Amino acid sequence: MKITRRIEFSSSHVCALPGRTEAENHALYGAAANPHGHGHNYALEVTIAGEPDPVTGMIVDLKEVKEILNQEVVTPFDHRHLNYEVPPFDKVVPTTENMALEIWRRLAPHFTGANGTLDLVRLYETEDLYVEYAGESA
Amino acid sequence: MRLTRRYRFSASHRLHSDELTEAQNDATYGKCNNPYGHGHNYVLEVTVRGTVDPVTGRVHDLPALDEFVTQEIVSRYDHRNLNEQVPELAGLVPTTEVVSAVIHARLEAGWPQQWPVLDRVRIWETRNNIFEVSKEIQ
Repeated sequence: MKITRRIEFSSSHVCALPGRTEAENHALYGAAANPHGHGHNYALEVTIAGEPDPVTGMIVDLKEVKEILNQEVVTPFDHRHLNYEVPPFDKVVPTTENMALEIWRRLAPHFTGANGTLDLVRLYETEDLYVEYAGESA
Repeated sequence: MRLTRRYRFSASHRLHSDELTEAQNDATYGKCNNPYGHGHNYVLEVTVRGTVDPVTGRVHDLPALDEFVTQEIVSRYDHRNLNEQVPELAGLVPTTEVVSAVIHARLEAGWPQQWPVLDRVRIWETRNNIFEVSKEIQ
């Protein structure tokens, strides 16, 4: 069985490669390359897979999931400029893809079996663009 | 990693098969058989699957995907009558099953070889009716 928890955070970012001209970056990332930055209301869906505990009837304690998501994602990301304030995005371009990879890295160690395993990270940059990452094998 | 982009087009159609009698058409398609047609705000989701480029941090060139899907589908379907004005639907009953399959085939046919694979096409006819096509699910 799978359970999905959804959270939101709002951040600003710039998608541009160092050493490239503004025109080159615009060709690569479109409007997201604006050097002054812009922002999104991100929505993150985190799916945990496991079997419901025969006593509690729960795969995982959702209060605990909420705390983990707050600690690893909402608190560091919300109302921040990702390029300036949230490593590794000082060195890694904060595309939606790279953000999903980073969120997976942060969350996976918290779900190691007893409280389910991390199944999927789905990150919406806008309603019209989202990425899904299910770990190395996917 | 999978990346999904959402597009929109509004179009009219009428569900009517020349193989069926008037009564059979009415019984099969109900309100959708109205001879004057009706329309929907369709939402088209295009999902690509690939690895994240270590330099750009992207699975795919998003401006290029937008240009391709807009040129092949959105600009040709938006504010059109699907029965009358979309050549690849000529002679077909434009149920959303058929529209999904035709759109998937058209995207596959023009899909540049060097791009990550087309993973899935999903169409929301309304917020309550959702159709999916992939190579595995035809």
